[in-house]
Amino acid sequence: MYDTAVTEQTVDQTTTKISARNVQVHYADTHAIRDVDVKIEDKTVTAFIGPSGCGKSTFLRTLNRMNDTIDICRVQGEILLDGENIYDPKVDPVQLRAKVGMVFQKPNPFPKSIYDNIAYGPRIHGLAKNKADLDVIVEKSLRRGAIWNEVKDRLHAPGTGLSGGQQQRLCIARAVATEPEVLLMDEPCSALDPIATGQVEELIDELRKNYCVVIVTHSMQQAARVSQKTAFFHLGNLVEYGDTGEIFTNPIDPRTESYITGRIG
Amino acid sequence: MTDASIPSASVPDGAPSGRSSSLLTLDGRVRRRNAAERRFRMYGIGAVAIGLIFLALLLVAIVRNGGPAFTQTFITVPIELVEAKLDKTGNRDLDEIKKVSTFGYKPLVVDGLSVLLTRNGIDNVLTKRKDIAKLISASAVGQIRDHVVANPDQIGQTVEFRLLASSRVDGYFKGRVSRESLARDKNLDAAHLDIADALMARGALDRAFNWNFILGADASESRPEQAGIGVSMLGSFFMMLVVLALALPIGVATSIYLEEFAPQNRWTDLIEVNISNLAAVPSIVFGILGLAVFIQFAELPQSAPLVGGLVLTLMTLPTIIISTRASLKAVPPSIRDAALGVGASKMQSVFHHVLPLAMPGILTGTIIGLAQALGETAPLLLIGMVGYIASNPPDGIASGFLDPNSAMPAQIYEWAKRADPAYYERAWGGIIILLLFLMSMNIIAILLRRRFERRW
Amino acid sequence: MSPIWTLLFVVALAAIGYGAGRARAMRSASGDIRNLHSLPSYYGANAMLSVLVPALALMVIWLIVQPMFIETRVQQHIPPQSYADSGALSLIMSDVRRVADGLTVAVREGVFSVDDAAGLNSQSTDIRAALGSVGVALGSDVEPYVLKAAQEYRALSGTGQTLRSIAVLALALAGLIWSLRRTNRTFRARNVVERALLALLIMAASIAVLTTLGIVLSLVFNTVEFFKLYPWTEFFFGLTWAPSFGGGSELGILPLFWGTFYISLIALAVAVPIGLFAAIYLSEYASPAVRGFAKPMLEVLAGIPTIVYGLFALLTVGPALVALFGREGTLGLNWMSGGTAVMTAGLVMGIMLIPFISSLSDDIINSVPQSMRDGSLGLGATKSETIKQVVLPAALPGIVGAILLAASRAIGETMIVVLGAGAAARLSMNPFEAMTTVTAKIVSQLTGDADFASPEALVAFALGMTLFVITLCLNIFALWIVRKYREQYE
Repeated sequence: MYDTAVTEQTVDQTTTKISARNVQVHYADTHAIRDVDVKIEDKTVTAFIGPSGCGKSTFLRTLNRMNDTIDICRVQGEILLDGENIYDPKVDPVQLRAKVGMVFQKPNPFPKSIYDNIAYGPRIHGLAKNKADLDVIVEKSLRRGAIWNEVKDRLHAPGTGLSGGQQQRLCIARAVATEPEVLLMDEPCSALDPIATGQVEELIDELRKNYCVVIVTHSMQQAARVSQKTAFFHLGNLVEYGDTGEIFTNPIDPRTESYITGRIG
Repeated sequence: MTDASIPSASVPDGAPSGRSSSLLTLDGRVRRRNAAERRFRMYGIGAVAIGLIFLALLLVAIVRNGGPAFTQTFITVPIELVEAKLDKTGNRDLDEIKKVSTFGYKPLVVDGLSVLLTRNGIDNVLTKRKDIAKLISASAVGQIRDHVVANPDQIGQTVEFRLLASSRVDGYFKGRVSRESLARDKNLDAAHLDIADALMARGALDRAFNWNFILGADASESRPEQAGIGVSMLGSFFMMLVVLALALPIGVATSIYLEEFAPQNRWTDLIEVNISNLAAVPSIVFGILGLAVFIQFAELPQSAPLVGGLVLTLMTLPTIIISTRASLKAVPPSIRDAALGVGASKMQSVFHHVLPLAMPGILTGTIIGLAQALGETAPLLLIGMVGYIASNPPDGIASGFLDPNSAMPAQIYEWAKRADPAYYERAWGGIIILLLFLMSMNIIAILLRRRFERRW
Repeated sequence: MSPIWTLLFVVALAAIGYGAGRARAMRSASGDIRNLHSLPSYYGANAMLSVLVPALALMVIWLIVQPMFIETRVQQHIPPQSYADSGALSLIMSDVRRVADGLTVAVREGVFSVDDAAGLNSQSTDIRAALGSVGVALGSDVEPYVLKAAQEYRALSGTGQTLRSIAVLALALAGLIWSLRRTNRTFRARNVVERALLALLIMAASIAVLTTLGIVLSLVFNTVEFFKLYPWTEFFFGLTWAPSFGGGSELGILPLFWGTFYISLIALAVAVPIGLFAAIYLSEYASPAVRGFAKPMLEVLAGIPTIVYGLFALLTVGPALVALFGREGTLGLNWMSGGTAVMTAGLVMGIMLIPFISSLSDDIINSVPQSMRDGSLGLGATKSETIKQVVLPAALPGIVGAILLAASRAIGETMIVVLGAGAAARLSMNPFEAMTTVTAKIVSQLTGDADFASPEALVAFALGMTLFVITLCLNIFALWIVRKYREQYE
């Protein structure tokens, strides 16, 4: 089955950031991801869509080896980041995750102050030489997270005291603070109300200028709004991958069409 | 959404971190961090290992020190029951025979041992001939007298007796006593040990399994070789009966009330707070309660298993209540609704449906509570179950509850306090028995849980 | 009739009541169970309860009140000049009881006839010898007034016993008749029985409160007694603990406090790092197989009775420490002279507390949400950085609570210190010296031969009170912290 036959044609003016070849993921006896080949472009928002349990989140988590934290999970195949296989035994997942940041479904600020939440990554990676450096990084990250104006007067208040949308933007700012090249977002808006969702989506659009963003989403509208590329997953297979406009208006695979028109999902 | 686009001019956009551009080469910082990670992990492994080593040390100490208590050295001695000494009138009148005290049997033992030595061709090298009796436990004369009183017709014959060796001789064969240590000991000379060695070689002296330790009674301070834990085991048994008979129904009733019927009010809150605090009150305080309320105020007898049982009941109640409530809580509300739905009263739904389903959990909790009570010592110290020599088994049920007795942990404590190191071996041996009881109770609890555990 | 027989009769009546109530209900429903309001067994149970509850209640009250009443009546026979204070009076009263019991035995053995026993006088008969012959040994000859009082005691007890039996049985019978008269097919027996059951449940639940009340009262009364005999300022601020049963004791609690505190401190210094690191390793790093083995093994340590730890301290750890730090020790330091020391007890207590700390911390660490860890790992933190900088700070209040609970355990622990810490109360910094604790002194003051009314014995209650208050405060505070912490993540 050549699900990904359409991917080749889209590589023209942009560069490929991540390319996955023949990726298989097993959870104990379950084959969660089958034969996924995909090339994800830099400075682009790529959306993974598909029904629940289709493997889109699992695949996202293989991209920064978050699956390593689950004992029963095995990954086969190759995932290249800038041409280097991230599953190479010489690669340290810690170093990888600094390059490939992640934002989770539920906002998960640490029970620390807003400042310490942002400074956490730079501190552990040694990005700041001194306090002044750190202050600059924190400010820059909060600005990039589009939350600076809301929190600049209470940087030392606990991060858990913010509203849901603010918490999620704080988490995005936290991810940005480690200067990643890729940002993975696992349904970042599913726990947020529509207004907060709008703010985060706007932010994602901004982030595209500096990062390669991969977003898993349940909502096709959201995929249509924020992404340039869309990949449709179904039962662990990558069914179709292409420009978002194409996928939504002119899907090739009948399964994609069924999903988009609401017959499966 | 304006601030996201403001470029912060002061921050150099290129990473100043010195972070390696390739993933395949580790930079120094990551290497250091990984080393820290490994160190941290080693601390964890170390902590677990230390905990396990402590456990192993404890178990080794118990088994190595307590094991010898289960064997005992015996000497088989032919004793001539001389008629002239035991029954002067010769008419086998039992009352006459009983008049001869154990003291009168002493020469018989000395003679018997001398015969034994000659028969085996061993010289009595002792300066005083009758010192040979020191090889034998002081309890031997009592044993012979009991035999004579039971079998008066054997007077005049020579009977083979298996007598307990004295604790020093026993300790010599267990490695506790050496010729050097005897130099300061007036109970036995090194010469005795030579004789004992010779007897051992000829087979007249042997080490055998010590049933008396498991089944027998405590002995006086000077006769460790005779002491057993059997009677205090009975004391513990009667205490556990009291605990079971009181703590189980009261605990279950309390839990049912709190879990199923209690309204949210101050009294209920007070009960809840009390239970959680009682669970953490030091056990010695329960001993003070027992002393003041049961013995001083209610004038119940001191040292009685009944009082011990009452104190331990109060101490165990919180444990049982907490586990019973947990298992009542685990029964899903749908069961209650189903019973109420077919017209059962609340009380019927609880007693017919919820309680039977929660029973395995309740029993498990009760057994664990009992095990805890069985090993508890501190409160027993205060109600006088220590310092009492449990030398007679209770005769009958009422006496079992009311007559002074000891309990297993109290007996162990008592032995540990005695001066003769021979008693330490008994204390460790007692611990082995106590732990065997606790282990089997816990295994039963685990099996119960495995067998009946239900996932809803 | 003795109480046992009365009880048996009441139980028999209750059994009859059960059968009769059931049968009567069935008859009133003309044998058709559907005509009844409740199941037949409820009618039976109702009748049974109506017999048992009032009769047994009366019996219990009577058994408590009668001796008090007789006591006051009998005391009138004892001339006031024969005793100096209430203590002497109670001694005489126990003599009276003993003589009375002796007479009862004598009558049973046939030494005296019933009339003899009531009419005896001490001039004509040697009571002491007579009672001695039936196995009741008296300490001295019987004073005439004691004999008189004993005879009165016997007479009153006899009358009381008869009256009690009659009253209890009559009440039981009345209950039976009353309940049977109420029994007919419309009577709501189930509701009545269930109300009675509920009352029973409430009574059971109240025992916890009664226990606390019992603890508090027994401590408070005796502590107040103690402070009447000994100034409280010297108790709380005295620097010397030197009880002497001849009087003139110095009973300052501070040296005991110091011993308790020092030993607990060493115990926590052993248990907290080991327990905490073990919990972290088992919950964050260990493979399921390792966890499945090590966790229950560590918990075995928690199931071992404290007497075992006490023995371990006294006979194994103490000598081992002396062999290391003692005069002829391997390290040649000469720091330690005897096996019993603060270090011995503290070390062993620490071992005992390891599983306590580790299983509590394990629960607490596990209740930190996984999303927290993901967030940190997703930023490229290593596991240990995640644990140190995210998980532990989040779990800190809970862990502090666990440590406080462990501290309260350590302070209240008795057997290990009784066997392992020594008996000398002293204020010293050297952990290799013997010291003693509050709990150890409670034991030694109450197991000696001291008179219970002397300050040397009563001080144990004041110590117990102090211990109770301290551990209670620690527990309440710790439980409060833990609960607050749990709520945060629920």
